Amino acid sequence: MPVRPVRGALGARLRHIWPPALVLIAVAVAWEVITTALSVSSTVLPGPALVLEATWKDRANLWPAMWATSKEAVLGVLVAAALAAVLALAIDWSRTIRRSVYPLMVTSQTLPIIVLAPLVVIWFGFGTAPKIGLVALFTFFPIAVGMVQGLASADPDAMALLRTMGATRRQLLLRVRIPSAVAQTFTGLKVAVTYAYVSAIFAEYVGAEQGLGVYMQASKNAFRTELVFGAILVTTLLTLALFAIVALLERLAMPWRRPGQSEVDW
Amino acid sequence: MSARRAGALAACAADAHAGTPAMPRTPGARLEVRALRKSYSSGDGARLVALEDVSLHAAAGEFVALIGPSGCGKSTLFHILAGLADPDAGEVLIDDAVLGRRLGACAFMPQRDGLLPWRRTIDNVTVGLSLAGTGRQQAHARARPLLERFGLGGFERAWPWQLSVGMRHRAAFLRTVLLGRPAMLLDEPFGALDGITRAELQQWLLGVWEQVGSTVMLITHDVAEAVYLADRVYVLSPRPGRVAAEIRIDLPRPRPPELLGSQQFASQEAILREALRTHAGLGSGFRAPAPPRAPAGR
Repeated sequence: MPVRPVRGALGARLRHIWPPALVLIAVAVAWEVITTALSVSSTVLPGPALVLEATWKDRANLWPAMWATSKEAVLGVLVAAALAAVLALAIDWSRTIRRSVYPLMVTSQTLPIIVLAPLVVIWFGFGTAPKIGLVALFTFFPIAVGMVQGLASADPDAMALLRTMGATRRQLLLRVRIPSAVAQTFTGLKVAVTYAYVSAIFAEYVGAEQGLGVYMQASKNAFRTELVFGAILVTTLLTLALFAIVALLERLAMPWRRPGQSEVDW
Repeated sequence: MSARRAGALAACAADAHAGTPAMPRTPGARLEVRALRKSYSSGDGARLVALEDVSLHAAAGEFVALIGPSGCGKSTLFHILAGLADPDAGEVLIDDAVLGRRLGACAFMPQRDGLLPWRRTIDNVTVGLSLAGTGRQQAHARARPLLERFGLGGFERAWPWQLSVGMRHRAAFLRTVLLGRPAMLLDEPFGALDGITRAELQQWLLGVWEQVGSTVMLITHDVAEAVYLADRVYVLSPRPGRVAAEIRIDLPRPRPPELLGSQQFASQEAILREALRTHAGLGSGFRAPAPPRAPAGR
């Protein structure tokens, strides 16, 4: 049996969670006190209590919006990851492809994807597909870079050793390069998922029938500022949840890692 | 040393003397290089000659050590033998035949253990078998009975980071043995180890090799290690590397650890040291005698 060191995982986690939680609570309290004391209009700046209450009351409208945006965000990241994997493997496999495609890939990141959004709506309409496409565009780059760098980070000594055993190029890819790339792929994925909801909401702003972006705009137009804040809060929580899922997958994908090894504890 | 490890090593040693046939016997092949020359460009346009007209051989089943100063091209020679590099001139022969494709012909053990972090012990030691297309179950079945003898009993499913340095080296050596090649190239396998672990592994290596029976070429910086392990020692000169001397080690086999403290051993060691001093220009700066020894005398 592998030695699985017993550690106070939950305890350690709580220790990490306490300090930011306290700061957050302090900010919320200050916010509530200020809005009440200065009797700020709720249209301008609603207090946290009002935000929570109003958002909870409006949950029937919020659920479908959350669901629609989540679908776009998650599918967008999956599409981006699939494309990134294909491209990263091609770049890793062929020097010609690396030379011709990699610079373009980096350059493509300088494109203001924001200006593409209206075009995407013109081309593909108001449905879910163009949103997924935009999320994929936004999240593709960090995943692809992580994969390319991860593949390139394979230990040359390990490669040489397997070559002396008669390994083919394909075997080297499968047994050394791809396992070497897992860690950095997940680093890229973690960066990518923090963009996922934001980019989905942005895509919805440009034109959509359903989603958190639509919900925020409708709330704003109705001067329900507290619901705009509520949607922001929900977006944050959903992004954190997606991040946590990726972090969990990372852990499952690399059972060989020494506990605590280059892991940002969240 | 943990009790389990001590037990495993004791079992290993006992088996070595009983000569149980579980160890995969791999008849050795004659390994020879003729007039090998290799140079590298040093960056500023000049050529750096690593090996100059190197000819040497290891007879079938022989244990040959290569000793020489750092940068004398020993590792280059091994890279050529293993197929990772091509010589500028000269040839490599196995059983008197020139090899077209050397990759995969010899079993190479690099200085670093080279264990893959994402493979458990059992999968690391069988990596060569799996590359050759042996099924996972079958490969495991072949390796499993040997784990105990290599002091890895109970660590079959451990990840590399869970193994001690000595265990990692034994795993790397088991991986090399399981390749089943007629010749093994060991590039300073014990160089990075502490003295106690090294002495233990040297003795254990001899036991295993005597059973496996393949040809071994060993690179070492350690005079006592060369004398203790090898049948013959080639002394290489500083760059460009050439064969400066060839010393036959006149010690009987099997070689028990008590031999290390004997007069016979000391005189062989003195001969090799003298050869290094006169031929390779190495009076000092060489590693002192292997640290822990069996008590002197008998």
